[in-house]
Amino acid sequence: MKTGTDLLRVEGLTKAYPGVVANSDVSFTIKPGEVHALLGENGAGKSTLVKMIYGLVKPDKGRMTLRGADYAPSEPRAARASGVAMVFQHFSLFEALNVAENVALGMENPPKMRELAGRIRQVSQAYGLPLDPDRMVGDLSAGERQRVEIIRCLLQDPKLLIMDEPTSVLTPQEVDILFRTLRQLSAEGTAILYISHKLEEIRALCDEATILRRGKVVATCTPRERSAREMAELMVGAVLTPPAKNAKPKGAVALEVTGLSVNSPIPFGTSLKNISFAVRKGEVLGIAGVAGNGQDELLLALSGELKSARDAVKISGAAVGEQGPNERRVLGLVSAPEERLGHAAAPDMSLVENALLSGSVRKGLTTRGFIDWGATRTFAEEIVKEFDVRTPGTWVAARALSGGNLQKFVVGRELSQAPSVIVINQPTWGVDAAAAASIRQAIIDRAADGAAVVVISQDLDELLEIADNFAALNGGAMTVPRPTQGLTIDEIGLMMGGAHGMEVAHVA
Amino acid sequence: MLILEKRPSPSRFWQGATPVLAVALTMIAGGVMFAILGKNPFEAIRTIFWDPVFGEFAWYFRGQLLVKAGPLILIAVGLSLGFRAGIWNIGAEGQYIMGAIFGAAVGLAFYPASGWFIFPLMVLAGGFGGWLWAMIPAILRTKFRTNEILVSLLLVYVAQSILSSMALGALRNPEGGGFPGSRNLSQYPAAANPEIIAGSGMHWGVVAAFIAVIAAYVLLQRHILGFHIRLAGQAPRAARFAGVSPDRLVVLCMGISGALAGLAGLFEVSGPAGQISIDFASGYGFTAIIVAFLGRLNPLGILLAGLLMALTYVGGDNASTNLGLPSASIQAFQGMLLFFLLAVDLLSNYRIKFLLKERA
Repeated sequence: MKTGTDLLRVEGLTKAYPGVVANSDVSFTIKPGEVHALLGENGAGKSTLVKMIYGLVKPDKGRMTLRGADYAPSEPRAARASGVAMVFQHFSLFEALNVAENVALGMENPPKMRELAGRIRQVSQAYGLPLDPDRMVGDLSAGERQRVEIIRCLLQDPKLLIMDEPTSVLTPQEVDILFRTLRQLSAEGTAILYISHKLEEIRALCDEATILRRGKVVATCTPRERSAREMAELMVGAVLTPPAKNAKPKGAVALEVTGLSVNSPIPFGTSLKNISFAVRKGEVLGIAGVAGNGQDELLLALSGELKSARDAVKISGAAVGEQGPNERRVLGLVSAPEERLGHAAAPDMSLVENALLSGSVRKGLTTRGFIDWGATRTFAEEIVKEFDVRTPGTWVAARALSGGNLQKFVVGRELSQAPSVIVINQPTWGVDAAAAASIRQAIIDRAADGAAVVVISQDLDELLEIADNFAALNGGAMTVPRPTQGLTIDEIGLMMGGAHGMEVAHVA
Repeated sequence: MLILEKRPSPSRFWQGATPVLAVALTMIAGGVMFAILGKNPFEAIRTIFWDPVFGEFAWYFRGQLLVKAGPLILIAVGLSLGFRAGIWNIGAEGQYIMGAIFGAAVGLAFYPASGWFIFPLMVLAGGFGGWLWAMIPAILRTKFRTNEILVSLLLVYVAQSILSSMALGALRNPEGGGFPGSRNLSQYPAAANPEIIAGSGMHWGVVAAFIAVIAAYVLLQRHILGFHIRLAGQAPRAARFAGVSPDRLVVLCMGISGALAGLAGLFEVSGPAGQISIDFASGYGFTAIIVAFLGRLNPLGILLAGLLMALTYVGGDNASTNLGLPSASIQAFQGMLLFFLLAVDLLSNYRIKFLLKERA
């Protein structure tokens, strides 16, 4: 084998699922110590590709070599034995166990607890990842939980570390800590395969990038030498136009929240603590925060699914804290929860039925309780047409749509109801770049028409792009909204709570 | 190797075809069982499925079919609404008994007066009795988060005790020579629920069952309340998002199913049964649960399932008297029907793939 100095060589990998080719003839190489970015939109085939490298999915065609030897892992355990480790986007940790116990659960032959705790301390200090092995995982922030996963990998002394969207749960300060660790690992010769769609991060961190579009490699480049814009256009395959903000003067206050405190109905949820803000007509308020800091609860409290003190929520001056979702819809408030299947939409119901789900009140789809199915179908067809939802028809079940298409349908359904107040949690989560741009534009257009908009999102770039004012949720409390213009990324990071667990870092 | 693959959307063809397939499979498996018992399987199946409808004594059996199917359908339609919303009223038997007691009590209170208003008043009282009995688990659930399955089920036994007490005490026929049981309502014209056409088996309870089927169909297909019921069962969080109050839905669904079960009890006690007696409760409230699922919680399906279930009862009785089949084998036969129905139900949401064993 003449693989030279390559650590991992991937040649012609192909994987097809019924109806879709996830990867088609994908080839690239990673050198020891290289930080290699895998770049692409949602559905471009990044996940399938790394699952094949990690042994979770078997390729249909193609071959891989690792350090010159044939590499075809049949399961993740085989991949780990060959020196390939992976940190998933969604953690697999037990909240009721401590850090060392969680690490031990992921090992083939765990050493004694005390010995393991010692090694965890040692690795965490060596790589600047402060972590106390005796703490309960349930008490850790998302950033700290990620460190548990990383340290679990590092204890295996991997040659290749795969990281799937690692920064989506981190504050900017925590991202800095992570990057320092990754650079150190790379300097010691560990290669890193870094999956992301955040272009500035990739420019800051990665040596090489492979760009995927619809399952194929469309370009390779050196990220430092390209602008984020160039890479985005390679990723999407089209020229992108960022949405234009609404410059009109703002109107009267349409949504007013005063001293909103409610207990979370969700197990391990975050209760809201004394939240106050006001949104005027034509204004977009962006609310940032690391996942699990009260975003879901805030949406429930605003939509009416979670009731509060009567005066805590006011729509155009009317106190609605004790009223349910439909009473609030009558007053012009629409909302789109983060979870599409099961919350914003019923998975087994057709798109027509799902259009009725939240549209019946404002679109007048019932008379004396009897459903006008004809008008409902027309409404569903309008949403599909206007928001470019790709579906064979409105009769298909919601669960048959891809995540991005269902998101377009759900957001479209709410925005098509001539709302005066809009509340959206994660408007473009899992949606491809072109569709995300059109959803953002639609939100800004509704604001220009005089709607007051609250966008809750974990995507800072998105908030900076569309929000007039910016606030952050941290542990159920919200910062005072500030104009987005002129905010620095450091200030935003501090609003989001800075870096969790830094006290330990200073000691170390 | 067999592999199940989830369909992207439920198959409409199989939703309609599975009950037919299940009945066919039951006939085959049941035939094998009858053959093992030493009976001619074809004769047994014919006695159960054919004779009651088309045989020599069909004039009698057809009426019996409606008499048995009426209360089953009426109760099952009510239960299906709750089941669709994920609200499990298992105590229809108790509500059926209480409806009969309330209705009969009103009728007996007027004895021996005559008046057109007596029977309608009994109907109202019967529905109210069932509704009231169902409100106990409903209110306990909404106020104290108790489990409505347990509470409604246990209240069946309370209702049965009340029934015995009524038959021996308050409602006992004063001219009955000390025997337990009330006056015979079917012999008291103002309170009787006779066959509307003699010999047809069609009494007011059967009419009410048909009306309930149509009303439930319209409710589920065309009314926002029916939509909310379906939504709450399929996706509870989406239902809350749509503005459905779970507590209101519990009270509503328990109330409707209780009232319909109460009506079924009233029509039975004033018609085919005739009187409040210790053995009045015949298990319709429990069998209706099977009918509701057999009809896949769809009103029209329940209509057919109720008739089919009545057929296996009437035909099964017929087979055990004429062919000497043990009654346990008839029950096993009914069990097979339910088993095959639930088993092949899988086909509407999954597709079966046959694969040669994959080489590693």
